[in-house]
Amino acid sequence: MRDVAIIGVKNTKFGELWERSLRDIVVEAGIGAIEDAAVSGKDIDALYIGNMSGGRFVEQEHIGALIADYSGLSRNLHVPATRVEAACASGGLALRQAIMSVASGYSDIVVAAGAEKMTDVGSEEASSALAAAADREWEGMAGATFPGLYAMIAKLHMHRYGTTSEQLAEVAVKNHKNGSFNPIAQYKNVITVDDVLKSIMVADPLHIFDCSPITDGASALVLAPAEIAHKYTDTPIYIKATAQASDTIALHDRRDITTLDATVMAAKRAYSMAKLAPQDIDLVEVHDCFTIAEICAIEDLGFAEKGKGGIVTANGETAIGGRIPVNTSGGLKACGHPVGATGIKQAVEVVTQLRGDAGKRQVAGAEYGMTHNVGGSGATAVVHIFSRER
Amino acid sequence: MSSVPRFWRNLGSRYNLEGTRCKECGEYFYPPRNVCVNCRRMGELEPFKFKGTGEIVSYTLIHTAAEGFEGQAPYTLAIIKLDEGPQLTSQVVGNPDKIQIGTRVKSVFRKLGEDGDRGMIYYGTKFVPVDA
Repeated sequence: MRDVAIIGVKNTKFGELWERSLRDIVVEAGIGAIEDAAVSGKDIDALYIGNMSGGRFVEQEHIGALIADYSGLSRNLHVPATRVEAACASGGLALRQAIMSVASGYSDIVVAAGAEKMTDVGSEEASSALAAAADREWEGMAGATFPGLYAMIAKLHMHRYGTTSEQLAEVAVKNHKNGSFNPIAQYKNVITVDDVLKSIMVADPLHIFDCSPITDGASALVLAPAEIAHKYTDTPIYIKATAQASDTIALHDRRDITTLDATVMAAKRAYSMAKLAPQDIDLVEVHDCFTIAEICAIEDLGFAEKGKGGIVTANGETAIGGRIPVNTSGGLKACGHPVGATGIKQAVEVVTQLRGDAGKRQVAGAEYGMTHNVGGSGATAVVHIFSRER
Repeated sequence: MSSVPRFWRNLGSRYNLEGTRCKECGEYFYPPRNVCVNCRRMGELEPFKFKGTGEIVSYTLIHTAAEGFEGQAPYTLAIIKLDEGPQLTSQVVGNPDKIQIGTRVKSVFRKLGEDGDRGMIYYGTKFVPVDA
């Protein structure tokens, strides 16, 4: 296997992009990443795109071909394009496919993109499309919603470990603060614990401000073999690990609903591949689709003892400048959660941080960064580790 | 829900809590599985009807309803551990104040939802606290 580097990155603005289509935003991200990498369309050997539900959100399937076409990679160059789907982990999985394609030697220059255009349908239909990431027959048909599933995780976490609504709210408060420093973030407003607790209840104990929003957005990365990465950029960022794990599709079939075993296993595989430990990681982008999800994630990735995620957050240990900055981009909560794009956006954020280009949200001296992308309530988890040094 | 066959083909499980049990390792499955997660191809699954008693593992009061459940909000959704072992997701009916983690529950036959005014009405299993 060859070492792999990221040589170009780009996010579009995240938010409600009424005037722009799915193909518009992916092309902007893709071209931006290609320009950042200073490669030419002729150099691209393959394209992978994470997209959860083009069929439900814009009534469009065959997203790989569409994007290759509108990126100018089809009619003359015939670049192979593959859509990757794993619900909200589609982006992370697209990156993993791209890494394996380069590492194996099948491809040299590969684009890994992710996109979702969620606001062309109403919020009820968007929620129904998202509910397809859970078990439709045995969760959805009982009346389960995604906030409802994560609310049950939160309820048991609070019951067993004493986690409080205030501690959950601290996750949203921190991520909004981080988002205020991120030019692409959907929400740049700073909020308080009180704002979260006074927002409407969606599924007890989760308020609307405990939930990530519905977002349009696209992100892209350009990958190259590490040995030629310096041809394209002075600051290649190296992939130290790519790992993935599965668990049961339904939350009720898990060993313990307060731990995402897929996250634990993907992290274990990633640390082993990178020969690193949690204390080596300087920053992490975790999958905070709900505030409780960030609490569980920092525990399951090894950054907090099980049950202590809420306390660690309230203590400021996960803030920028803290022991382990979490979601410097603003996370899914404030930066936004265009589901297929999220896993790629997390990698764009970590690369930006490791390059030292993150401006006001820069983590000083960051050497190693991690991304953690989850599908559904934890049936898929993808973990990547990135490094400044090869 | 909108697909009649999709609902109809599982009526036994939805109405009567019919699941499966692996003869090889003895584990019970609800919702039913055709492949044992422990024994895989070496397992042998047989139908099994659950008693319908168990306890609440976790729960939530859903205010923003799932599509098709708008008329029922707020409603209690729970993960229930059946006495035979498997866990399932179901609504719990009755006074939300009586529902806690660990509350003993039993299954009841109830209307689940409907496809609009003229569509199919779906029936199935919900749970109630045992002492209610």
